[in-house]
Amino acid sequence: MTVTRRRGGLVQVGLPAWTYLPATAGALFVIVPLIAILGKIDWPHFIPLVTSESSRAALLLSLKTAAASTAVCVVLGVPLALVLARGRFKGLRVLRALVLLPLVLPPVVGGIALLYTFGRQGLLGQYLDLCGIRIAFSTTAVVLAQSFVSLPFLVVSLEGALRSAGTGYEHIAATLGARPSTVLRTVTLPLVLPGLISGAVLAFARSLGEFGATLTFAGSLQGVTRTLPLEIYLQRETDADAAVALSLLLIVVAAGIVIASSTRRLAGDP
Amino acid sequence: MRALAAAALGLATLVAGCAPSSTEPAASESTVITGDVTVFAAASLKKTFTALGTQFETDHPGTTVTFNFAGSSDLVTQLTQGAPADVFASADAANMAKAVDAGIVAGSPVNFASNTLTIVTAPGNPKGIASFTDLTKPGPQVVVCAPQVPCGAATEKVEAAAGVGLSPVSEESAVTDVLGKVTSGQADAGLVYVTDAAVAGDTVTAVAFPEATGAVNTYPITALKESANPQAAQAFVDLVMSPAGRDVLTAAGFAAP
Repeated sequence: MTVTRRRGGLVQVGLPAWTYLPATAGALFVIVPLIAILGKIDWPHFIPLVTSESSRAALLLSLKTAAASTAVCVVLGVPLALVLARGRFKGLRVLRALVLLPLVLPPVVGGIALLYTFGRQGLLGQYLDLCGIRIAFSTTAVVLAQSFVSLPFLVVSLEGALRSAGTGYEHIAATLGARPSTVLRTVTLPLVLPGLISGAVLAFARSLGEFGATLTFAGSLQGVTRTLPLEIYLQRETDADAAVALSLLLIVVAAGIVIASSTRRLAGDP
Repeated sequence: MRALAAAALGLATLVAGCAPSSTEPAASESTVITGDVTVFAAASLKKTFTALGTQFETDHPGTTVTFNFAGSSDLVTQLTQGAPADVFASADAANMAKAVDAGIVAGSPVNFASNTLTIVTAPGNPKGIASFTDLTKPGPQVVVCAPQVPCGAATEKVEAAAGVGLSPVSEESAVTDVLGKVTSGQADAGLVYVTDAAVAGDTVTAVAFPEATGAVNTYPITALKESANPQAAQAFVDLVMSPAGRDVLTAAGFAAP
């Protein structure tokens, strides 16, 4: 990420020609399936399919829950990344490994874990149930499932940014008499803002695509818990055309997010 | 850019080289059943068909039965996309009709079992659900299958037969998910097949209701046209249809078709 470009002086190193062959294969491996979906679209019915009541409800719910879980990820993930990057205490490495576990966990396992935590008979859920708070089958359950799988994306991204930013400016600010909270607000956070934004975008994108944990933990009901990926999975049972049309919709939204964040990241490069 | 074009060309040649060849499967004249049989069967048949597969291998030494258990619509998709298989057993007539329409079925399918819905509750039925209409009362959280999947279509028929509408808290895409929501205590009641309730055993209490007869799901089975081992495929279908096959299915809660 921190490649310094020296104009003149050094001989430019070319890429070995053979790398283009596997690189092309790699690119095609990702691009061809996307083209295959485009070829399967029932264009005359595309607009009615993606604007049907159930499709609109699913898209709206997906955008709302992904936004909410991104907010949860920022609120919980920023302090977590700060502790992981700057904290010094025993067990930090273990903590990092545990927090990042959802990255490698199959989402369905996350869903089962959440079920036994926030479910009606879960570790915390049974007490919440006594207070009249029911998370199961609610939109809150969807947000929890998405936050669980997305949080590590934000934490990893921000922790990386914090480490590469270093502590030099923070030391200077502290030397000049700034208190830790002031240093954090006026020096650290502005410095890692690009990392925070790309982390939040990643978390949003991951939330938007969340399927396994939501299906296992939240259930599936139109307008309440049935997000776009769940709607696609269900439509596929009877109406393959609708499933393909909705898949394209999700691809377009996801591509928009990826492109928006990558142009930002490139623009941020010196 | 030239390297890119060369790579694309290479890939195209590779793909063209893999075009399907038109070799006819050599029909065996001998009556001894041997070789491999691949059976694509609905997920709800996992227990019974696994038992029948073991029996088939014992009856016909030298055979190996391989199963692919999944949702019936997934299986039809896989088969029409060219997945190699010898036998297909569907959990409903609609998905078998899709396979027949796609022209992948050898002969005509036969019905070998039927299944009806039942209410399942937490063990001991703590909410005291005694009838189908009890599910419509406020209080119990009910989970059903979505109308797009066979168990959900059956649920809609039962609602019509009973003349009541349910307000489920979730419409799952698989009957096993409905069962899971009940066994994990998330939901108070669910509508699943009698056979699913039998598999769940003590973890649920099944409450039978008369309106269930309004939606009887039949299970058709057939040998497939592209079978590499048509004799063994037919032999497996025959086993499922035999009295021995009937016994295994009945023990799991399936009714006669």
